[in-house]
Amino acid sequence: MVYTARMGHPGGDLSSADILSVLYFAVLRLDPHDPAAPERDRFIMSKGHCSASFYVALAASGFFPLEELDSYMQPLSALCGHPDRNKVPGVEACTGSLGHGLPLAVGTALTARMDGASWRTFVLTGDGELQEGSNWEAAMAAAHYGLDNLTLIVDRNRLQQGDPTEEAMRLEPLLEKWRAFGWAVAEVDGHDVSALLNLFHGLPLERGKPSCIVAHTHKGKGVSFMEDRVEWHHKVPNEEQLAAALRELEAAQ
Amino acid sequence: MNPRVDCRKPFAEALEKLAASDPRVVVVTNDSIGSSNITGFRKRFPERFVNVGIAEQNLIGVSAGLANNGKIPFVCGASCFLTGRALEQMKVDLAYGRANVKVCGMSSGLAYGPLGPTHHSLEDLAWTRVLPNFTVIVPADAAETAQAVEAIAALEGPVFLRVSRMPVAAVHPPDYRFQPGRAVLLRRGSDVTLIACGVMVERALFAADLLAGGGIQTRVLNLSTIQPIDREAILEAAEDTQAIVTAEEHSIYGGLGGAVAEVVAAGCPVPMKILGIPGVFPPTGAPEWLLSHFGLTPQGIAEAAEELLFRRSAHVPRPYSRH
Repeated sequence: MVYTARMGHPGGDLSSADILSVLYFAVLRLDPHDPAAPERDRFIMSKGHCSASFYVALAASGFFPLEELDSYMQPLSALCGHPDRNKVPGVEACTGSLGHGLPLAVGTALTARMDGASWRTFVLTGDGELQEGSNWEAAMAAAHYGLDNLTLIVDRNRLQQGDPTEEAMRLEPLLEKWRAFGWAVAEVDGHDVSALLNLFHGLPLERGKPSCIVAHTHKGKGVSFMEDRVEWHHKVPNEEQLAAALRELEAAQ
Repeated sequence: MNPRVDCRKPFAEALEKLAASDPRVVVVTNDSIGSSNITGFRKRFPERFVNVGIAEQNLIGVSAGLANNGKIPFVCGASCFLTGRALEQMKVDLAYGRANVKVCGMSSGLAYGPLGPTHHSLEDLAWTRVLPNFTVIVPADAAETAQAVEAIAALEGPVFLRVSRMPVAAVHPPDYRFQPGRAVLLRRGSDVTLIACGVMVERALFAADLLAGGGIQTRVLNLSTIQPIDREAILEAAEDTQAIVTAEEHSIYGGLGGAVAEVVAAGCPVPMKILGIPGVFPPTGAPEWLLSHFGLTPQGIAEAAEELLFRRSAHVPRPYSRH
């Protein structure tokens, strides 16, 4: 998709792919034939730049035909570079500007609380994204309102657009930060499917608190020349690189 | 008797009445409880009252989350902090996301007077009216404020409602019904048109009285909906009267005057004068004093209209004109 569109964010797409797969195939209670069902779980993709892997997860779950993925970022396509809730079934929020997902998720989880509903809210953020102050406003609010129906997953790939996160603006000690803000916290290998499943099936991590799962991941996971390389944040592969990447990913299946 | 009313009072009453009949209505605030006059709402509907603390970005995000899942959030906060501080959230979460959130900017314009420019909100109309999908409403009196609360709840999509705290008299007849998107013809006239919004409407009517004394028949329009704008009423006024003066408690750039000028320039170019705050941070002073300081008085509006008419009749070149 990124190769055809000549634009995109393959590094983050690949660091999130396992998390999205686990969520969409084993955790989220969704009906692709009724994407607005009132009792559905809500998933908010805060790292909207990783739209390619998000659209793949949606299409593979049946929200729209897989062939539509070919229109990614093409003129007039519903599949914009960053997801639009009014155009793509299954998309809950217009994201792409960082630091928007968690505040939206807090409002979403509050709605379920007010209505006494049992559906849950999940939000996936990047790690560099946590430099946006709006996240910490929302972090305070989620803990203040005791939203244990809310789960945040942080894609901790340790790289942002220009630099490693710890060089750009230090995030560590990240788990302690969330704990200090009143969240229940766990960390996990974000590419270990069974470990992710175990955590997700044990939610909430603690009654009365929102859950934060810091998922340690690798940017560009699965493609040797992309892995943990800062330049692959939004680099587009050439034909040879695409072929090599697909070979590696297929071999790993 | 036509008592002058702080419009936050009819706002709060209408909101409580609305909430009593519609369980989807919730209030979200940034700790601005007393200043938004929503203590009554909190008392009556504690389970539908969300205080996110002093955090405007989260305020708008949380409201969008509530709206996207079926609530009708009324966001209450001082206009100066609400709009500027969370403008990008208003663009992305509300406008682009088409969230059904009613952003209520309280104590707008110069209402905080001597508290100074940090507390003035003289940019909010410019900022909000450029956002696609947004409806922007500035009620002129108590009745219009109360009716606007009801009307925007029935409108699907994001709204900016600008609520002043400067007391204003009733400017509408008792049988007035507010309709979003419709300019209100308050006075008929064919010599010049005054278009105003909010607290300036009452002053525009007084200005029309002054002009009538000099034999000038003045049309007065209350443009309470800035976006979407009533093109028809504006173009009709331009055609009929051939001169338009606008008056707003806002910067002269990008607000009511700018919006009217965009319509007039493209549809029926006639001489205009835009009255407001001329792109400066106001000095220290009470609200009424500041309005006088910037010529936003009946006298000031009337003089501007006379000058415009004189220039038109005499073809007097404008200052700084090349001719």
